Amino acid sequence: MSHDPIDVRYVAKLARLDLTEAEVTVFQSQLDAILGHVESLSAIDLPDGFDGVENTRLGPMRDDQPHTSLAPDAVLLNAPDQAQSQIRVPKVVADA
Amino acid sequence: MSLATLRRRFLDGETTPSEALANLAEEITSRDPQTGAYLSYDLDLALKVAAEADLSKPLGGLPIGIKDNINTLGQPCTCGSYFLAKNYISPYDSTVIRKLKEAGAIPFGRMNMDEFAMGSATENSALQPTRNPHDPSRIPGGSSGGSAAAVADGTAFAALGSDTGGSIRQPASHCGVVGLKPTYGRVSRFGLVAFASSLDQIGPLTRTVDDAALILQTIAGHDPQDSTTLDEPVPDYTAEINLGVKGLRLGIPKEYFGEGIYPGVRENIENRIKQLEDLGAEIVPVSLPHTEHAVATYYVIAPAEASSNLSRFDGIRYGNRAVNPADIIDLYHQSREHGFGPEVKRRIILGTYVLSSGYYDAYYTRAQKVRALITLDFKRAFESVDAIISPVAPTPARKIGACADDPLEDYLADIFTIPANLAGIPGMSVPCGTTSFDGSDDLPVGIQILAPHLGEAMMLRVAKAVEGLALA
Repeated sequence: MSHDPIDVRYVAKLARLDLTEAEVTVFQSQLDAILGHVESLSAIDLPDGFDGVENTRLGPMRDDQPHTSLAPDAVLLNAPDQAQSQIRVPKVVADA
Repeated sequence: MSLATLRRRFLDGETTPSEALANLAEEITSRDPQTGAYLSYDLDLALKVAAEADLSKPLGGLPIGIKDNINTLGQPCTCGSYFLAKNYISPYDSTVIRKLKEAGAIPFGRMNMDEFAMGSATENSALQPTRNPHDPSRIPGGSSGGSAAAVADGTAFAALGSDTGGSIRQPASHCGVVGLKPTYGRVSRFGLVAFASSLDQIGPLTRTVDDAALILQTIAGHDPQDSTTLDEPVPDYTAEINLGVKGLRLGIPKEYFGEGIYPGVRENIENRIKQLEDLGAEIVPVSLPHTEHAVATYYVIAPAEASSNLSRFDGIRYGNRAVNPADIIDLYHQSREHGFGPEVKRRIILGTYVLSSGYYDAYYTRAQKVRALITLDFKRAFESVDAIISPVAPTPARKIGACADDPLEDYLADIFTIPANLAGIPGMSVPCGTTSFDGSDDLPVGIQILAPHLGEAMMLRVAKAVEGLALA
């Protein structure tokens, strides 16, 4: 496991977060310390062919069938902006 | 007063659900301004329900506090976050709330918590801090700190919490109440706002072990709306609860009694172990050799799942939405930046990083394999013992603000609770004494009881014996 310094601003952008400069500075040192601790996992001897996924499988997947969900009125109850029984958002497609 | 006692008083005609609620509201008004356990409550609605309470039901007329990440129809569900604080009202009942209502209970009060359940102090609530009723300068633990503090403070008879890495057991320990995390899949997560989906479980915080069994009996079971729930019968959790520990084999993991445990905690736990041995339990040394890697494993898997789960908070369908964004991408960025607090952002960034291209196998896949080793540790240990006994936390409750600049220090204190979540086994905290610590006297200490997969009945049996020792 390589512990490259994390590029906090870049990763935050991937996570759709606009951090302030102060946040970037604080998170940089805190996340480096946390990743330094996590690096200890790389030193553990694993048995040959050990399949962690098989040993942590937690349950079956749900049938891929449609089920009753919330009614439209209930969904719209919390919508920050709505019009014509739909959630309104800023324009997504740019002008031609 | 316990739920069982209150129910008996209802049935004997000594009081009514309406009177009990009115008295509870007076207690909240009197004490909660100091403790800060409640984010909100709707007394008028609860009194209307109480007037119609069916006392023949198992939880008829009993008010139960609800951690503010469990959706309850028509009520707020802030998750301790600005993101949901202003304008979110639950449009449906969680499965656990539906079951509580069907059993006659009255969900009453929204209990404070670390934002999106990320924390172990309830300091990360964006809305207010919660203080430990035993010493208001100290944390109640977390993330279910509001639930634990209210039960300890006498402002709730019982409450629901959620436990992803110890968030029921650790605050129960710090506040001196009973806390139970069920086996992964024993209780439906439908309607619980997801933090880390392979780790989260809902469970009770109560004043007695019997009350924990009563609530678990109500909320356990398969749920078609949560595919991870186990399609296994729910046993009668009270059937063997009073059988005692004579003849049981109780495992003591050496890895949970090493350096770093505060002497007052160690002394309380070791005294109880000796007393359990005197009652006829066989004390068996066991080893859980990968325990030291549990925190590192957890802080890869939990943030990874959190970064995915919290991507739904984009400002589109509910919650905080940025004002006048330049475009939809700017709307996402601004809504999340201003809606989330620092601990949530830190974990989202960490989770995004460990799942990103080039790092996934090194961090996430590796952590899943170590998680499997931790799970196998428990499977091997439970081949020779009925339950495992340990501390819940290395120290009693710390001072508020003591870890403000060093999140890793707080993370490391979860070393004894995280392994049960990684392995999916049940765990409980039961009060086992008090100790002086860091200038304060009589701070509660909890003892942890771990049981095999679906071993809640055995866990409750041992817990009841421990509770009897504390009362003796």
